[in-house]
Amino acid sequence: MEIGLNHYLILSTILFAIGLIGVMRRKNLLLLFFATEILLNSVNIAFAAISHFYGDLTGQMFAFFVIAIAASEVAVGLGLLIVWHKRHGTIDLDTMSTMRG
Amino acid sequence: MELYLYLALFAPLAGSLFAALFGASPKTIVAGLVPSILLFVSFVSSTILLVHILSGGAVVHVEMMTWMATGDLYIPFGFVVDQVSVTMMMVVTVVSTVVHFYSVGYMDHDKGFNRFFSYLSAFVFSMMVLVMSDNFAGLFIGWEGVGLCSWLLIGFWYHKESATWAANEAFIMNRIADLGMLIGIFLVYWNTGTLQYEQAFAAMPALEADILTLMGIFLFIGAMGKSAQFPLHTWLADAMEGPTPVSALIHAATMVTAGVYLVVRANPLYDLIPHVGIFIASLGAFVALFAASMALVNRDMKRIIAYSTLSQLGYMFVAAGLGAYWVALFHLMAHAFFKALLFLGAGNVMHAMHDELDPFKMGGLKKAMKWTFIMMTVASVALAGIYPLAGFFSKDLILEVAMIEHHYIIYSVLLFTAGLTAFYSFRLVALIFHGEERYKLFGVHPHEAYKFMLIAMSPLLILAVIAGSFKMTYFEMVTAVLPATEYHVHSALAYWIMTIGTQLFVIAAIAFAYKKYARSGITVPDGTSKMENRLCYKILSNQYYIPYVYEEYLVKPYRELSTVFWKQIDMKVVDATVDGIAGIIYGTGEKTRDMQSGNLSTMLKWMVAGTVGLLSLAVVFGLAVRYSVEIKAILSGLGV
Repeated sequence: MEIGLNHYLILSTILFAIGLIGVMRRKNLLLLFFATEILLNSVNIAFAAISHFYGDLTGQMFAFFVIAIAASEVAVGLGLLIVWHKRHGTIDLDTMSTMRG
Repeated sequence: MELYLYLALFAPLAGSLFAALFGASPKTIVAGLVPSILLFVSFVSSTILLVHILSGGAVVHVEMMTWMATGDLYIPFGFVVDQVSVTMMMVVTVVSTVVHFYSVGYMDHDKGFNRFFSYLSAFVFSMMVLVMSDNFAGLFIGWEGVGLCSWLLIGFWYHKESATWAANEAFIMNRIADLGMLIGIFLVYWNTGTLQYEQAFAAMPALEADILTLMGIFLFIGAMGKSAQFPLHTWLADAMEGPTPVSALIHAATMVTAGVYLVVRANPLYDLIPHVGIFIASLGAFVALFAASMALVNRDMKRIIAYSTLSQLGYMFVAAGLGAYWVALFHLMAHAFFKALLFLGAGNVMHAMHDELDPFKMGGLKKAMKWTFIMMTVASVALAGIYPLAGFFSKDLILEVAMIEHHYIIYSVLLFTAGLTAFYSFRLVALIFHGEERYKLFGVHPHEAYKFMLIAMSPLLILAVIAGSFKMTYFEMVTAVLPATEYHVHSALAYWIMTIGTQLFVIAAIAFAYKKYARSGITVPDGTSKMENRLCYKILSNQYYIPYVYEEYLVKPYRELSTVFWKQIDMKVVDATVDGIAGIIYGTGEKTRDMQSGNLSTMLKWMVAGTVGLLSLAVVFGLAVRYSVEIKAILSGLGV
């Protein structure tokens, strides 16, 4: 069986769903970051696949942008996470409720 | 000449603003003197303008600035000094200058001294705008301005319940009439396309008679309110709650004559609709008699004079209605002088008697108040129309006009009223100044007013005596803009019979008043005497029960209706709707508050839900666009 565009897109959708469920269910901040990474990378897969399908490099270029931004996001996020852990000794999401209205 | 026009117009405003600066501070004599002096400046400027017009100078017409200019509508702030408005300016500035100087003494002990002068000067400014405007819109501004100032001044002693009530009554009555006036002005604009007097009147002869009649009637309704003609007359007598100088200036000499001025100003219109003129004249004659009859029995000094004003306004409307505009304006001028004098004299008496108004409690004041006695007597003689004082020339002329125009009923009514006028005027004079000194029973020690107040009144005294001699000069002046009809009875014999007959009748009325009220042995009526229990006395002293009827059949039902509307419609529909909207918003906020739990994971769930929602919308929309043709076919198949 030839592996075509649809397979990639289905993989991308499955990964996106996994990431989305992770974002909703995870209580650990670190794992939340993982879930976000899965979300971003599912989109990257879709970009790369579609770009290859049309023979247009713009999609792959976008994928690189996303990777770059994801990397910087993780760098900032991890820094904040460490500071938070030093202050409170925990990275459980349920303890972060200073924004309560 | 433009400079003098602006000086005459804006000096009172400057005075008003100056006095207003001291509005909240205790009495400062400067706050009274500066407006008075500025009014004197206004008076001098008006005199210069009068001399200019008299010596054949051109009409002064200025356009200060554009007020409204949209599409076809163009209304400037324009002012005109012609023969008619200069007459009014003279009347207004003379009387108001006198009243201002007089008030410096009269309001001497009043806490609101500064405030009083601010209002009074503001009134004069509004009145000047009213008479000097060259279009209906400016006239209307002045019209409302004098109404406002009249409200402020009637209710000047606002701590008195009766004063605030009277002020509101005057204001509301005038509002009813002003609606008519506004409709009249709208009609003028719709049909002539302009509000400038000259162009509007020039366009009128081409219009249909029905429209002109409507215009005339609606404008006259406005005049009826301001000039307190029946059935809108009740406010004028109640307006006597205000300080006496106010009654002299506003409710005798100037503001109430604005209605007459309006009819005179609109003379090209009223000339085209003589049937409305007849109505005006008939109403005027009716009011003259009606008001005079109420003055016969009244026991309030100021109200008697107020009814007399009403009656004289009736005379003016007779003249204006019959097309004798210059006669109406002449009587307006003469009346302003002697009636203001009469009111100011009454003010002196009130001061001397510690605000007592019942002339039955006075008597014999001529010894203590010689000058006031002389002035009030002269004013009353002038009012009664005895030769050679002002009233003789102007009032007799109105009688002649009625005779020559063949309105014999109006003539007899007016002749009879002239007798009543003489009777009630001298009833008042006799009760106040002659007879026994009844005031001693009440422990009052009357004193004459300050000398400068008497001096301030003297110009009016002189004018009340000599105003009649201006008749021919005046006639030549105003007939440049008003119809120049000279009224002469055809045969000299008839003229002399009429004049002498009227004079004898009036003198007889005066003699009767003196005989009845100047004798000794008059007691304060206590409701037991035979006369007081007669039906006609009761009807007259209760003002024909008209205030009672208004209260019972208009005010009370209206109040009931308002209560129903308030409780049923305002509370249950309007308020409920507004409260409901507020309640929904508040409730939504209260319920969705839980979303802001501050828990990151809950927020993320909401975010995902939002994303899913938006995505599904996008998909649905995309599908709808893609299959729009099919959807339309299905919908048309369903008959939508």
